[in-house]
Amino acid sequence: MQRYFSRKLIIYALTFFLAVTIDWMIPRFMPGDPIRNMLTRVSVSSNPSAIQMMYDYYTHLFGLDLPLWQQYLNFWNSLLHGDIGISTYLFPTPVTDVLWRAVPYDIFLLVPAILLSWYAGNKFGAFAARSKWLDNTISPLGYILTATPYMWLGILLAWFFGIVWGIFPIAGAYSFNMQPHLSWAFIGSIFHHWFLPFASLFLVGFGGWAIGMRNMIIYELEADYSHYLEALGAPRKLIRQYAFRNGILPQITGLALQLGVIVAGALVTEVVFSYPGIGYLLLAAIQNQDYFLIQGCFLFIIIGVLLSNFIIDIVYVLVDPRTRRGMTGESA
Amino acid sequence: MSLQVDNLRVYYQTLRGDVKALDGATFTLADGEIMGLAGESGCGKTTLGHSLIRLALPMRFIEGRVTLDGEELPIWDTEKMNDFRFKKISIIPQYAMNAMNPTRKIGRMTAELLGSRKVDFKDILPELKRRLDLVKLSHDVLDMYPIELSGGMKQRMVMVLSTLLDPSLLIADEITSALDVSSQKAVAEMLVEFRNRKCCNSAIVITHDISILYQIADSIMVMYAGQLAEKASTETIIHAPRHPYTKLLISSLPEVGVKYTERRLTGIPGNPPLLLDPPVGCRFRERCPIAFEKCIEIPPFVEIEPGHFIACWKEAGTHAQA
Ligand SMILES: Nc1ncnc2c1ncn2[C@@H]1O[C@H](COP(=O)(O)OP(=O)(O)OP(=O)(O)O)[C@@H](O)[C@H]1O
Ligand code: SF4
Ligand SMILES: [Mg+2]
Repeated sequence: MQRYFSRKLIIYALTFFLAVTIDWMIPRFMPGDPIRNMLTRVSVSSNPSAIQMMYDYYTHLFGLDLPLWQQYLNFWNSLLHGDIGISTYLFPTPVTDVLWRAVPYDIFLLVPAILLSWYAGNKFGAFAARSKWLDNTISPLGYILTATPYMWLGILLAWFFGIVWGIFPIAGAYSFNMQPHLSWAFIGSIFHHWFLPFASLFLVGFGGWAIGMRNMIIYELEADYSHYLEALGAPRKLIRQYAFRNGILPQITGLALQLGVIVAGALVTEVVFSYPGIGYLLLAAIQNQDYFLIQGCFLFIIIGVLLSNFIIDIVYVLVDPRTRRGMTGESA
Repeated sequence: MSLQVDNLRVYYQTLRGDVKALDGATFTLADGEIMGLAGESGCGKTTLGHSLIRLALPMRFIEGRVTLDGEELPIWDTEKMNDFRFKKISIIPQYAMNAMNPTRKIGRMTAELLGSRKVDFKDILPELKRRLDLVKLSHDVLDMYPIELSGGMKQRMVMVLSTLLDPSLLIADEITSALDVSSQKAVAEMLVEFRNRKCCNSAIVITHDISILYQIADSIMVMYAGQLAEKASTETIIHAPRHPYTKLLISSLPEVGVKYTERRLTGIPGNPPLLLDPPVGCRFRERCPIAFEKCIEIPPFVEIEPGHFIACWKEAGTHAQA
């Protein structure tokens, strides 16, 4: 058990190191210059020598005048001290603050969408697997839903509900003429803005989970152990129960993976509905060549994915004896 | 008479038509008899075994009657058969290695299975433990997952499980094929021990390996291409077979019964016919060295001596004409 987990930990540490290194490289190999970009945006002065001076000052401040290897070492050094820099795009806000402001929106949008679509999709898929009639009518719908490019579905929803019928707003997390405060009106506005992005995510997720679960159940019902139980006269109920339990295992992995990328936000959703989560932020960061914000966003994603994978590993050990064997095992 | 099968016909439905995998089988099994069922791969042994207990799609019941201890088995009715399964008739499937739910501890799975059949696990636990001793499995296996057992252990566990309710008939499909030579012998002997202790009344032992049957079977039935070729006592089949196919089968085995052999039934020239569109008449005709005009008709499975049945125009001679 201990050996299993320590080996896993080493693998995770290595993955983290590599991923963060790549994360550091990505913005630096992008064309463009964050400081120049920041200065044009602020456009403090038209005096070229003053601008040059400020440029040098900020470049030095952000440590971008150092040789790359030095920058890389400094990056790790401050990262290990919990410092991931200051945003150039939202200067002088620290990247951490920017991220913390965006994360609640992601959680609020994605956690319900993922959990509810997972729950409903699995329930429904298992249900569809047991009835020919349901299977023939609903499964094609599920396939259509999952096969629809998400972007397209999102735009379609935004178009009909937002523009044609005008039932739901299609930008922001709450009404533009409101300040965040605790009132029914504000909470109402939050949910009003939340609904369309949520619904689009839910629909697509639901179709995918339902199809996946249906296929898993059908596969499990054709497995040898199911046939053996049938041969021994076990009632359908028991066989289904086993099939469901075994079929849900891969779905748990899928769920945990999705929860892991929550911090990444749902980039497309947030762009389509201008919803201010991490995904939206990442897009803005890239557009403005904000090295530190890009790094910060990716760092969040990396940590989220690794953490959730680690949790799956543990959960799997608890629910699936087949993995437990590998732990005491010679090879794993 | 324990089991009586009359003219049993079971086909597989496929897109290309019916595969006639079991085409008119008639035989009986005496009380306490262990009958070996032998024949080349694909001749329909598993089909026969399964159709007696779990006749499921794509299998299709065509006709026939199966009587066990005087009661007719409703083999075509999945629901009604449930009353008989496990309690009256049971199976150790060919896929015994994967027969147990991988995510349940064996003991718990057993308890749940028994519970679903309205049998109390606690009542049966002492007997279960006795039988585990019999097959030399530690009682700890009940607290293990199937994956923690070796192939041979799984095989023995399934053997105990399948016979737990003392069925009248046990179908054992290839119980030795996946094992090494020494455990083959042990498992085969355990099966005889089970029968002797009345853990099952009679048994059909399906195998490619005639040398195993020589050790444990009271009688042997040989199938060819979905039909019965010959049935007789083990001694007769090994030393005085009459059907040309059985003769070739036996002679292709070196020193039968003296040594365990890895050799399968491969020594016969030619291939068995495809069962999608089997030849008319005797299905062995194309490979038979003594075929003649009459063989264009299906030879009946007749008793030429007490307990010795054969389906061959030439060998059955007058018996068949009558
Ligand atoms: N699910 C199926 N669909 C169609 N045909 C099948 C199916 N299962 C078996 N058959 C055919 O039925 C015939 C008999 O198969 P069966 O499994 O009973 O043979 P067997 O004697 O048990 O062979 P083996 O010794 O390899 O286990 C074979 O010709 C096979 O091709
Ligand atoms: S019936 Fe004819 S073909 Fe068939 S085994 Fe006998 S002799 Fe050979
Ligand atoms: Mg078989």
